[in-house]
Amino acid sequence: MTASTEVLLNVEDLKMHFPIYRGLLRRQVGAIHAVDGISFDVHRGETLGLVGESGCGKSTTGRAILQLYKPTSGNVNFDGSNLIELQGEELRHMRRKMQMIFQDPYASLNPRMSIGEIVGEPLIVHNIATGREVQDRVAHLLELVRLNPAFASRYPHEFSGGQRQRIGIARALALQPSFIVCDEPISALDVSIQSQVVNLLQELQEQFNLTYLFIAHDLSMVRHISDRVAVMYLGIMVELTDSNSLYTNPLHPYSQALLSAVPIPDPILEAKRTRTLLEGDVPSPVNPPSGCRFRTRCPIAETICSEQRPEFRELKPGHFVACHFAERFI
Amino acid sequence: MPDLLLDVKGLETQFKTPDGIIHAVNGVSFVLKEGETLGVVGESGCGKSVTMLSVLGLIPSPPGKIIAGEAFFMGQDLLKMSSEEIRHVRGAQLSMVFQDPMTSLNPVLTVGHQLEEPLMLHVGMSRNQASERAAELLGMVGIPKPKDRLKDYPHQFSGGMRQRVMIAMALSCSPQVLIADEPTTALDVTIQAQIIELVKRLRDEIGMAIVWITHDLGIVAGLAQRVAVMYGGFIIEESPVADLYTNPEHPYTIGLLGSLPRLDQKINKKLTSIEGLPPVLYQKPHFCPFAPRCKWVMERCWKENPTLETVGPEHRVACWVDTKTGRPRS
Repeated sequence: MTASTEVLLNVEDLKMHFPIYRGLLRRQVGAIHAVDGISFDVHRGETLGLVGESGCGKSTTGRAILQLYKPTSGNVNFDGSNLIELQGEELRHMRRKMQMIFQDPYASLNPRMSIGEIVGEPLIVHNIATGREVQDRVAHLLELVRLNPAFASRYPHEFSGGQRQRIGIARALALQPSFIVCDEPISALDVSIQSQVVNLLQELQEQFNLTYLFIAHDLSMVRHISDRVAVMYLGIMVELTDSNSLYTNPLHPYSQALLSAVPIPDPILEAKRTRTLLEGDVPSPVNPPSGCRFRTRCPIAETICSEQRPEFRELKPGHFVACHFAERFI
Repeated sequence: MPDLLLDVKGLETQFKTPDGIIHAVNGVSFVLKEGETLGVVGESGCGKSVTMLSVLGLIPSPPGKIIAGEAFFMGQDLLKMSSEEIRHVRGAQLSMVFQDPMTSLNPVLTVGHQLEEPLMLHVGMSRNQASERAAELLGMVGIPKPKDRLKDYPHQFSGGMRQRVMIAMALSCSPQVLIADEPTTALDVTIQAQIIELVKRLRDEIGMAIVWITHDLGIVAGLAQRVAVMYGGFIIEESPVADLYTNPEHPYTIGLLGSLPRLDQKINKKLTSIEGLPPVLYQKPHFCPFAPRCKWVMERCWKENPTLETVGPEHRVACWVDTKTGRPRS
């Protein structure tokens, strides 16, 4: 994991609102503020982990970056171009460089296509190879993800979850991308299979100098694979720093609570731990709280938190946090 | 020696499928003492849920069938009871919480109605008494304004709140044993931490025994006193919790612990993974079910299936190899 400081992807004030329509005339009555103004950089060759609980907007962020959703506002600068401004052929061309690995290995592979067709399709769509050459490339890609090239003629139902996820990885690698969004690639897999897939992703990263945006809710795994980690809560980013600092010195009360909620597989440590338990549930993203989004569950919230949205500021070099009182935790 | 609440011996359960018979549980024996918490750990398809469903008499038949075994609950064999008899035990003295809080509540009945039903059926309360007790229970599991919420339907509760309702329902008749089948798997970590703290508190207040089924070794570390690890329809290791984590004996347990990244440890480059896939049990294994994935495998492992042998205080393991020395166990 040797990350350069060259910025491959720069996200500026990205917003993604999904309109809610009601009534006979289907008038817009509100919007789900799935992602509500986030900014960050991803460096070439690094893994940026994106963590948060369900509904915090982490998957939406990944999809909005790849332009699978048209973002409401903001800029996504990738490798020298602003993806928001690109359309048609230009955008299609950029898509070669950025790929996605999906969460559900059962839903993300077309059951009527053979493995060879699935992995080879991007090559044909982008006019990179034809005929015999496609087959050769597919065989090579399957070898890369440790699957037998003879499997090319089989269909997805013949494979287990972990093997399917490998097929999804082979498909993502087909166009030799520089950037891959991994959207919870291991959360549907069993523990012993998870580590197989994570090890594979790390080896491929070294081999091809890949850049990952690794989205997950499993904090221990994110820490393991990421160089830096960003924590999201209800559509905003609350903390961003290198993975060691986040785990040793989290500065946002939400990150602290999230970390303390993760069980550690060690009975002696578990018995000694004291937990910061959060009260209640995440508020609705239709009407997010004023000021700081986390204030309704925050153990240290004061009046200013409901009045002013805390700025996402660099409190220590490379350590960003959005909390009025983060200084207390340094 | 505290009394045995549950004493299961030689349980075998099979399922008939169009592809053949699945041997899901192949001779499982375990005990549960008064007031203790037993963690049952394993990956999908290892037979952990089927074992407990068999004990509870909840295996749909056909396709399922309990082939052999006994399951004594306070001296009575649950497997010999008629469905009428077991219904009096289940939900009253022996109750359960399931994984999915979205589907285990009836969507067309109010939460109050569903909470009152077991109280009227098992305890013989009047509707008014039951309704009062139901509100008390909701309060006990930390649901705000319990009296008002009785009139609400399940869809008006969040996932974490629904799981609290399920727990309230399971505890309503003050059971001696609570069987919890992955009750926090569908929940976010902060909500999971809330539920686990709640269960610990209630366990201390009521003094019930718990069987907690999970795939997460972290949860078990903080909750259980004793752990049984399952693989291929067998219990392959059983131990007091501290001993299992510091001193795992079975190759599968060792692999499982090694494939977990830990929040409290320095990031090492690679996770040790278990190669290969869990078995699909079309035949009752006549050799060690873990042999195809085991790095200690010897000739004997392919010929005979090891049985549980005592290796330490209350620590039993089913393996032909002493993984400490790499030599056959004598």
